[in-house]
Amino acid sequence: MTWRSPGNRISHEYPGRVRAILRSVGELSITAGVIMLLFCAYLLWGTSAYTQRQQLLLQQQLAEESATPAQPAADGKIPKISLGKAMALLRIPKLGRDYRYAVVEGVETDHLKKGPGHYPGTALPGQVGNFVVSGHRTTYSAPFNRIDELKRDDEIVVEAREARYTYRVTSQDIVEPNEIEIIAPVPGKPDISPIRSYITLSTCHPEYSAAQRLIVYGVLKETEERKV
Amino acid sequence: MYGWLWRKLPAPLGKRLLTAAVLAAIAAAVLWYAVFPLLEPAVTLDEVTVRR
Repeated sequence: MTWRSPGNRISHEYPGRVRAILRSVGELSITAGVIMLLFCAYLLWGTSAYTQRQQLLLQQQLAEESATPAQPAADGKIPKISLGKAMALLRIPKLGRDYRYAVVEGVETDHLKKGPGHYPGTALPGQVGNFVVSGHRTTYSAPFNRIDELKRDDEIVVEAREARYTYRVTSQDIVEPNEIEIIAPVPGKPDISPIRSYITLSTCHPEYSAAQRLIVYGVLKETEERKV
Repeated sequence: MYGWLWRKLPAPLGKRLLTAAVLAAIAAAVLWYAVFPLLEPAVTLDEVTVRR
């Protein structure tokens, strides 16, 4: 054997260098994997911290507002809710006694990070038309994670400043992301003008995907005026 | 890479382990609080609205 001879020194050291490179590649790959796992954990749990902080503030805002009755502005109209502000409290008894989220006005990314968002321009709670609310299913506290469990006649309670509105679930559907007919004043029937008050909840479907949307429909069952 | 880092850490085993743990915690915290919030908007696994 001549592997110790000076002529073969390079081929003697070469395997060591290859090993070092391979080890580094391996270490980097494992590191990348660990970072990706950590990122998944962040998406599922880290983002919730922000939502929970915001919800505390928003629910506080709602509590303060409900202490003072809505004052119509000088022109007699109730002032419009500004984007990003809390507009009502959503409770779904089926999903737990403590299930309550402040609904934010607006459905842009920044609004939905704070909680379920109301589509501006769709009906307000209790109004004739369609009260449409979207919420995250997996990230940012995942308020609508379990709305697939809602069955016919389950209650969705919306506590607005002036009254408590109880809707009952009528049906559930899975639609494509571009089916905006579901937010029409009569859900799914954009050509008809409404005579009833509807509620429509939307979230992503299947879970962890942006492929489709899960929709829960409801109709107003009961209105209980808030005593001032 | 990690072997080189390990050899750079201060000598007694206990101190080495502690320094390594602190470094790992710092790296994780920087990722969690600074890097991930920047990356998060690019991930669209939770699109909830309908729009054209």
